[in-house]
Amino acid sequence: MLQRLEHLLGIEDLTREQISFILDQAKPFQEFQRHPLKKLATLRGKTVAIAFFENSTRTRISFATAAARLGADTMNLQAEASSLKKGESLLDTVRTLEAMRPDGLVIRHSSSGAPEFVANRLGVPVINAGDGTHEHPTQALLDALTIRDRKGQLEGWNLTILGDVLHSRVARSNIHLLSKFGVRITLCGPAMWVPRELETLAPNVRRVTRIEEALDGADVIIALRVQTERLHEPALAAEEYILRYQLTPQRLQLARPGALVLHPGPMIRGLEIDGAVADGPQSCVLEQVTNGLAIRMALLYHLVGGAAEPPPAKVPDKAQ
Amino acid sequence: MGFRPCELPAVYARMMRQMRVVEKRQLLSAEEISRTLNRLAHEIVEKSGGTKDLALIGVRRRGVPLSDRLAKTVKDFSGVEIPVGTIDITLYRDDLSTVGPQPVVHSNEISFSVDDRDLVIVDDVLYTGRTIRAAMNGLFDLGRPKRIRLCVLIDRGHREMPIEATFIGNSVQTSDTEIVEVHLKEIDGDERVVLVDRVP
Repeated sequence: MLQRLEHLLGIEDLTREQISFILDQAKPFQEFQRHPLKKLATLRGKTVAIAFFENSTRTRISFATAAARLGADTMNLQAEASSLKKGESLLDTVRTLEAMRPDGLVIRHSSSGAPEFVANRLGVPVINAGDGTHEHPTQALLDALTIRDRKGQLEGWNLTILGDVLHSRVARSNIHLLSKFGVRITLCGPAMWVPRELETLAPNVRRVTRIEEALDGADVIIALRVQTERLHEPALAAEEYILRYQLTPQRLQLARPGALVLHPGPMIRGLEIDGAVADGPQSCVLEQVTNGLAIRMALLYHLVGGAAEPPPAKVPDKAQ
Repeated sequence: MGFRPCELPAVYARMMRQMRVVEKRQLLSAEEISRTLNRLAHEIVEKSGGTKDLALIGVRRRGVPLSDRLAKTVKDFSGVEIPVGTIDITLYRDDLSTVGPQPVVHSNEISFSVDDRDLVIVDDVLYTGRTIRAAMNGLFDLGRPKRIRLCVLIDRGHREMPIEATFIGNSVQTSDTEIVEVHLKEIDGDERVVLVDRVP
């Protein structure tokens, strides 16, 4: 029997069965995006607080749309990262949220572990929309759904992740998720962004310094954005990054034929990825966005819909 | 029994996990089911003045094999293949969030447009009518049918919604504690309809 999820804080602690369940449950919501009327009453009367303490447009809009299509109301909190001591501001944040009594919370925060801290304090379902450099579980889930739809299954192939893996919560969540299915993972990027410790994240993870070697035999490639805002100074000049690590059509040829290209977005065309690759037939970026909506609807449906405790026994509802 | 708990409305499922039931009587044998469906298929075509714009929508779960069989019978006697779709009503139910963890959702499978269609919803048992209300909600999200009618194998009364079936296999008087169990070989392995009651 599948253990029921209370929060979605990360991929690391999920089982294969739980992950497969979420992906399977996203399928009806994929179909739903094609309905002419995209509105359900499933979460009517529920309020989902969407608290983003880090800038984001796409993820925030994706969650807000997912909640709205399920019929829920949303509380949209967008706060700039506080300059106060992180622990202190987060406590204040939690108290404010408690006072508004939401039925569920989606939180993005610049501190790793913040969603867990909040989940322990709040007593409503919490979904992690990205915390520090720790995890971005819904991204990994939508990536897995995209790959599974194109390839048929999540086992028995090779993944290459290109770029600043060290600072990437997307990469970490993907590594946790896909290694649970036995995917062989290759990490490649500038040396200080791909330290040796990353190989200990999960079984079947290796580092490679040259992109040509990293792409050889790759069935799926995830290109990460160069995160200049995370660094005080870039480890490499942009020109050098492009020269050594940009995913170009020529380099893509080194991978397996028909290898999939994913990018968590937003893409910087001409930096980590060539425009031709981003727009080419192997690119899955638009499917990723659509699937993000389906995954988030499935998660909100299961986590926010449904009471934590069944009500006291009554005359059975004649809902046959 | 033929039901997996997560397939049923959640209160029902909990009830069935907790209780024991005793079979009271068989309502339809395999042969009677077959004759009934045959008669219903003819009735549907006759009362629709033919097969023009006709389409069947099976309500998950047991409405699905029933609608497939009806379509096959129609094809056998008329030569016309009427479209068949499947609808899952989980997202449209009205007993949400009162009964614990959310039930598993499934996809609809309706490969044709419902606009201007003469639809017949097909389900195994008509009881309170809430399932059919939800099914209509789902269909209206997809477009604007010309007409929607309902075909059920068993009408057991106790309506809580102003819903009626045009095509009825069998009407049965039941009490609140009784359950009408439809067994179909595609899902349950065996083929019959039985009336069961809860053991106190």
